[in-house]
Amino acid sequence: MISRAAVQVLWMRELKRFMRAKSRVVGALAMPLFFLAFLGLGFNRMAVPGVASDVNYIRFLVPGILGMSLLFSSTFGGLSVLWDREFGFLKEIMVAPVSRVSIVLGRVAGGVTTSLIQGLMILGISIILGFKIESIISLGGALLFMVLISITFLGLGLIFASRMRDMQGFSIVMNFVIFPLFFLSGALYPLENFPMWLRIVSYVDPLTYGVDGLRSVLIGVSTHGILFNLFMMVTFSIGMVALGAYFFERTESA
Amino acid sequence: MTAIKVTELSKTFNGLKAVDEISFTVGKGELFGLLGPNGAGKTTTINILSTLLRSTSGHAEVAGFDVSLHKAAVRRSIGVVFQEPALDIKLTGRENLEFHAMMYGLGKEERKKRINEVLDLVELQTKAKVWVENYSGGMKRRLEIARGLIHKPKVLFLDEPTLGLDAQTRRHIWDYIKRLNKEGGVTIILTTHYMEEADFLCDRVAIMDNGKFVALDTPGKLKDILGGDVVSIEIDEDSEHLCSVLTARSWITTAKQHNHVLHLTMEKGERRIPEIIQIAQQQAVNVTCVNLRKPSLEDVFLYFTGKTMREEEASQRERNLTMIRMHRRKR
Repeated sequence: MISRAAVQVLWMRELKRFMRAKSRVVGALAMPLFFLAFLGLGFNRMAVPGVASDVNYIRFLVPGILGMSLLFSSTFGGLSVLWDREFGFLKEIMVAPVSRVSIVLGRVAGGVTTSLIQGLMILGISIILGFKIESIISLGGALLFMVLISITFLGLGLIFASRMRDMQGFSIVMNFVIFPLFFLSGALYPLENFPMWLRIVSYVDPLTYGVDGLRSVLIGVSTHGILFNLFMMVTFSIGMVALGAYFFERTESA
Repeated sequence: MTAIKVTELSKTFNGLKAVDEISFTVGKGELFGLLGPNGAGKTTTINILSTLLRSTSGHAEVAGFDVSLHKAAVRRSIGVVFQEPALDIKLTGRENLEFHAMMYGLGKEERKKRINEVLDLVELQTKAKVWVENYSGGMKRRLEIARGLIHKPKVLFLDEPTLGLDAQTRRHIWDYIKRLNKEGGVTIILTTHYMEEADFLCDRVAIMDNGKFVALDTPGKLKDILGGDVVSIEIDEDSEHLCSVLTARSWITTAKQHNHVLHLTMEKGERRIPEIIQIAQQQAVNVTCVNLRKPSLEDVFLYFTGKTMREEEASQRERNLTMIRMHRRKR
């Protein structure tokens, strides 16, 4: 059912493309870093309501920006199916005698790897800027959450890619899906500040648990607790990839 | 043994019938051609047979497997070279082949061997390490053909295999397609809108227009339908009257008028030309050009559809005129 060679070669392809598109990598890193630098510097001296007084804002922000970078790079990773469609390469993939599940797994593996590389670069830059990671365990925990966030949004990107014929709908997805998910997740501010109804909406945003999970392992601050976040993220990642695979299977690719 | 069996296959896009109840079978080892102008439904047919599109109605089997029920089995048995490039331009030529070979489950040693074989075949060995982005159109085409052959498919689909290639490369690829078919025993289905290609390569040709088959037979038999020679006369302006006068002659089997050219079929055309010109003059129609030739598939297409292959019109007429000049010099 699952062809290892196919998963491997799809994964390798994503990596090669990533390595060869240096300008894209720089572009993808720029936005989170700008957010981190400007928001961080702009709000650092202010007491942000809901952030514990012993946690300065930059510390609060780093996990959020990490989540943001993963959200964007992974959703785009899922949507990259559309580029393959545009350039015709999707046909080459779709006529191959491998199960659609293998294709989805290969794409997810490749997308997770490249998203993780970008996330780690941001974490590295944060550390250079003064962000401290307490222990190797907290780094391991962060990696786990990063992987789960990435899988979830690759699945989401795949769902959209399967429903769209071309790149036309891209800005709609960007403005009406990705940005709301980002702002609702509490990446930039504590959700305690939201009115109740908006807080309820934020509870269906997977990134809420991803960012909270990252905060719990990286800076020891959490609303939902590590285990609940972990449970939610595992559920979301499996659910999204399954849905993504389901829709991907059903698309016509010619 | 049949390699492909299609019954009343249709595909509708937004109410438009791209493929309209076609039925045909292709025998094992046959080289079968779908000939027709752009938009005739050739590519849609190929896409359904290669599992990329679902048919709206009808039934299709490839290598003994139903294309909508046993997709995986069909995919394992086929190779496809698409009309539009389907390469990853950010990978090198060899990496594209490597990708394909791994997707088709070839082992490491076999992969290396096959990739080198097909690279030699299409003479891209020296360019194998260059990003496909930097390939010319012809090079991309050759790479794709090479790719379609790596896994030695039972049935190979070639969608306009020589589109946009120079004459020399085309000849080369024709020879290979033929060799692959005759020596390798691969069943090949190709689509083309080049008459010479269908004529030279195919055991049988289906002429397709507006989603339907208008004729299906060997190129030889298709041309025999017209009987004898084709005499084309170019006239100042279309004249229905002349056309009907000529049709009335017993020795003329068919007469079709298209864009100031009257296509007539008859036995011993060379002996009839003076008479035809005489008749035209009697009807006060001025003949500017005469061409005599054995019928081509183009004439067959014209015979069945009443028009020439649309996008071929300009170049075809030019070719006719050059041929007339050549013939004149010979005689």
